[in-house]
Amino acid sequence: MSTAIHSGAAGVSDRQASAAPQTPVIELQGLSVRFGNREILKNLVCSLRGRAIGLLGPNGAGKSTLINTLLGFYQPSSGSARVLGHDIRTGTRSIRSLVGYMPENDALISKMSAVSFVQMMAELSGLPPSAALERAHEALFCVGLAEARYRELGTYSLGMKQLAKLAQAIAHGPKLLILDEPTNGLDPSARQRMIRMIRDIRDSKQLQIVLCSHLLRDVEDTCEEVLILKQGNIAHYSNLEEERKANKRFLELETYGANGDFTEAIEKLGCECAVTANRLKMILADGIEIRDIYRLAAERDVRIRRLNFRRDTLEDIFLKAMEN
Amino acid sequence: MAVYRRSYTSYSGSLTPAWSRFLVLFRYSRKSLFRSKLQTALFVLSFFFPLLCLISIYLAHNLSFLERLTGSNRLLSIDNQFFFYFIYVQGVLAFVLTAFSGPGLISPDIANGALPLYFCRPFSRAEYVLGKASVLAILLSQITWIPGLILFAVQGSLAGAAWTWEHLWIAGSIVLSSLIWIAILSLLAMALSAWVKWRVVAGALLLAVMFFGAGFAQAINAVMRIQSGHFFSVVYLMTTVWSSLFRLDNQLSISPGEAWTALLLYCAICLALLVRKVRAYEVVR
Repeated sequence: MSTAIHSGAAGVSDRQASAAPQTPVIELQGLSVRFGNREILKNLVCSLRGRAIGLLGPNGAGKSTLINTLLGFYQPSSGSARVLGHDIRTGTRSIRSLVGYMPENDALISKMSAVSFVQMMAELSGLPPSAALERAHEALFCVGLAEARYRELGTYSLGMKQLAKLAQAIAHGPKLLILDEPTNGLDPSARQRMIRMIRDIRDSKQLQIVLCSHLLRDVEDTCEEVLILKQGNIAHYSNLEEERKANKRFLELETYGANGDFTEAIEKLGCECAVTANRLKMILADGIEIRDIYRLAAERDVRIRRLNFRRDTLEDIFLKAMEN
Repeated sequence: MAVYRRSYTSYSGSLTPAWSRFLVLFRYSRKSLFRSKLQTALFVLSFFFPLLCLISIYLAHNLSFLERLTGSNRLLSIDNQFFFYFIYVQGVLAFVLTAFSGPGLISPDIANGALPLYFCRPFSRAEYVLGKASVLAILLSQITWIPGLILFAVQGSLAGAAWTWEHLWIAGSIVLSSLIWIAILSLLAMALSAWVKWRVVAGALLLAVMFFGAGFAQAINAVMRIQSGHFFSVVYLMTTVWSSLFRLDNQLSISPGEAWTALLLYCAICLALLVRKVRAYEVVR
């Protein structure tokens, strides 16, 4: 199963590469980060091009350090990285002008109103005051804080603070949105709202998203690509979007009364088959639907007792990566 | 774009020049500064002494007219000593104003953890410090060298071109002595504001640096029977520099060169403290 996923991912990543943008969103070129004697990130090499990229890993895996290094807050001890084509050593200012960042921790000035705060942040990103004010209102409307936008940030609930942080990250119209644990401390309904918001922003197709989280559901619900970090190393890379597509084509049938004729008929449709005992594994060819398999079975009086899509959840992928 | 649009849209409009971004911080910080009525009252009070000086200059020239009539000696002399006292008094007021406004500049950003939001934008740490420092620099300029130059100009216009040319160096002294004091106060206030989360404590520390520093200097001099203790007193160092700039012989125990060096060293220490603290995230080694 694991092998199939990897080969599938490798196969589709080639296909994806042709469809994806020319410039990778993030390109890690042997990136290492060291604080004193501790090596936090160890020689990371990878190229990520998806519209929504998830950074997964247990606490202390180096996710936030990676983000902070990409933003130029920490200097790499060796190697380098590129964000939207700009080198993090030489093009920090260019990177920052293209990025919107929502930090994990509380980062709002409590005495300011939301609209003033978001306007100031947009102005610091280079927007003229009038445009910044307009964009601040729009961003706060967009995240659902329209009614509360004149209130002081100190009076906001935790969920509202998270939304305000998201508003300041999108107000200046970035090309890349970096979200560090955006659902931290949110109750289930607020989490759902945040995830929906992130999906809406992703589906607007006007920017790319990097979501850093240790919550698998958040990443699974929003991301197309996943990079799993473990103790500063890349434990696994997975293209969820392509795997989801591949999973839909991968079937496992438990049959009664099947013989070589049934398998041959399926293979004639262009599907790859493998028979084990009374089970038949197959990859559906393009244009072939499940109803075609049912039709063939009916014609040959074969009973299908069970039909499963082979589907690895992100949790399976994550646990395997952690075991490895 | 209208505000009723609730979906995300990108921005494709014009951008402000990169060099001008620190002024954004200046505008917002200044606005929050003058929300305090006490701050505003102090600022207004700071103009009373310049007004008094203006009246003195006017009277000095009118008294001289009266002197000619009466034949008596001049009662008021407008010279380097006059401008030295002006700067000294305004310097004290500048310190009081800084003690109220300075500690609130950086500490709220650090206490709220907002620094990553500033530095994840095309906005450097130097621009941040410049933006915050410019609030104090402009505020203190308004009560020190700007009214000082106005007084000098008024005196020049009343005393005539010959006096103005002869005493033009006083204008330079007014500007230079104010600027070094503004630099010291701004850097000290910001460094304390960066290292102390609570603005009240930061304000108290600023007062302590000035007053306890002077007391500590006196104590060292008395106990060790030396004069080097004055290096711990910023006020004494500043008075030495001002005296030399206004060409006054105030019989001070350290030389102007030493005082300048010590003050520049204080500035460098404050800058190092700022560089250490003003960053997006602390690196725990």
